[in-house]
Amino acid sequence: MSTPANTGTATNAAPGVGLSAAARELAERHRLRWWEALPWLLAIGFYFAFPRYLGFGTEMLITILFAISLDLALGYAGIVTLGHAAFFGAGAYTVGMLAKHGIWTEPITGLLLAAAVAGLIGLASGLVLLRTTGLTLLMLTICTMGLLEESANMAAEYTGGFDGLDSLPIQPVFGVFEFDVLYSTTQYLYVLAVLVICFVFVRTLVYSPFGHSLTGIRENTLRMHAVGAPVRTRLVVCYTISAALAGIAGALWAQANAYVNLSVLGIDRAATVLIVLVLGGYGRLYGAFVGAVVYMVLAHFLSRLYPSAWQLGLGLMLVVIALFARGGVLGIGAALWHGRGKERGPS
Amino acid sequence: MTALLETRALSKSFGALRATRDVSFRLEPGARHALIGPNGAGKTTFINLLTGVLTPSAGTVLFKGADITRVAQAERVKLGIARTFQINRLFRGLSVLDNVYMSIAERVGAAPNMLTPAGRRRDVIDEAMDLLTRLKLADIAHKTIPELPYGRQRLVELAITLGLKPEVLLLDEPAAGVPSAESHIILDAIDALPKSIGVLIIDHDMDLVFRFAQTITVLVRGAVFAEGTPKEIGANPDVRSVYLGQATHG
Repeated sequence: MSTPANTGTATNAAPGVGLSAAARELAERHRLRWWEALPWLLAIGFYFAFPRYLGFGTEMLITILFAISLDLALGYAGIVTLGHAAFFGAGAYTVGMLAKHGIWTEPITGLLLAAAVAGLIGLASGLVLLRTTGLTLLMLTICTMGLLEESANMAAEYTGGFDGLDSLPIQPVFGVFEFDVLYSTTQYLYVLAVLVICFVFVRTLVYSPFGHSLTGIRENTLRMHAVGAPVRTRLVVCYTISAALAGIAGALWAQANAYVNLSVLGIDRAATVLIVLVLGGYGRLYGAFVGAVVYMVLAHFLSRLYPSAWQLGLGLMLVVIALFARGGVLGIGAALWHGRGKERGPS
Repeated sequence: MTALLETRALSKSFGALRATRDVSFRLEPGARHALIGPNGAGKTTFINLLTGVLTPSAGTVLFKGADITRVAQAERVKLGIARTFQINRLFRGLSVLDNVYMSIAERVGAAPNMLTPAGRRRDVIDEAMDLLTRLKLADIAHKTIPELPYGRQRLVELAITLGLKPEVLLLDEPAAGVPSAESHIILDAIDALPKSIGVLIIDHDMDLVFRFAQTITVLVRGAVFAEGTPKEIGANPDVRSVYLGQATHG
């Protein structure tokens, strides 16, 4: 995979060539750029502009968080997985089961518990799975997810089996803000806040030396061994963090909807988040945002226009992306941006 | 005197193929040593045994007298044994500076840090730029690997390894595929290495080997065939017949 790791766009540095330009680009790569405020402004704008669609918005924000977690593993470290819903589901069921059986209903600590459970599953499976690569790894991630799904199906006494668990009694956020069944106002702001925190964490991580070394593993695993990097440890750590974040996304989903069922663990969800990330552009941090919005908005309108064949439109779009624009929508945007006059300079 | 790197009766078999046979070899501190031999002589296998990519079937590898036969590759790098590859192994999607940052960050222990930006490690960036300046790559530090001509890519290959500040440097055909007009940059870079490093170079290019090496080991079918100064090796009729004759024509 040869996606540019960090699509830092033009620092407004003078187009001076040579020595200092490259060093300055690296030194300033992590700096915030003006356009990074856009997603958050849009998210707040959405809250006021579409008060009746906040349920949809909440789902979108959760999908973004889930896709970011996948981006860390797939886009940055190059861990090929099609089973990331395992961790989403683990988080969702953690919150669901604890709440349904009256053990734990406080939402924020619930998120932390969900992150811990999903992270542990990520750690345990990662220690085994990450000895493999490529297609073998892909299959094993699907198998792990399948095992969890079937376990959730069989352990009906605890998980509700096929029917899942509904009417989860989740306490108000901070003991004050009740989850709103009808308009999802609380859910939306709550999920947005959690997304901001998780995003800041991931953004810090990918611009750190650790994140830099993950891109090294993605670009050339063998060379990373040869420069003395503990490659497998790094991958397992990355996978564990990614799993914990996916667990938080799943927990948010369970809390926001007050139910959990087998769909959180299925291949459909795992494939959808992958499509979202590929559409938006992987290894780009903001690909998750663009992908989630494009996917969900398209799915929303296409399914109204063509209720029986809406997935065809998405499928075609995905084919076009895969064939002509590996960088996704964001990649196309970046190419257009750079194409304007400027040679692919130190950006 | 303890050798920097030493092997004793080192052997490696792949099934029935004995790729390395009973090789006892010493690389002295500050050595400029060359390993030559016809195609399929087992030169790269030998390097892989030295670096820990392969585990020997028999024999031992010693670093400063300590047995490292079972020490993993990454650990050997930490000890100070580093190599370049015959075929470039670069971080292709990243810039030249990022490529070099990668190995320096590992060496100085910056890489496990998750919480401060990579760009804040000015020490790593400055060292990387110094290294690139020495190799005359500073002006293209911002370019990604596919944007560079092959000779420059070969220099990046060397730069990544030099970023590890090795005590033992194993160079697997460092100038292979580099136009002769550019190969002097690579040779100059090797000449400019600190004298204390032990360097082992594998190459087919006899001009390069004879210019560079103080000691030459000739490997034939996995075993040491001859060893000596360039003068001795050049005058050895057996070596000429198995190797030099063909190679100088090729």
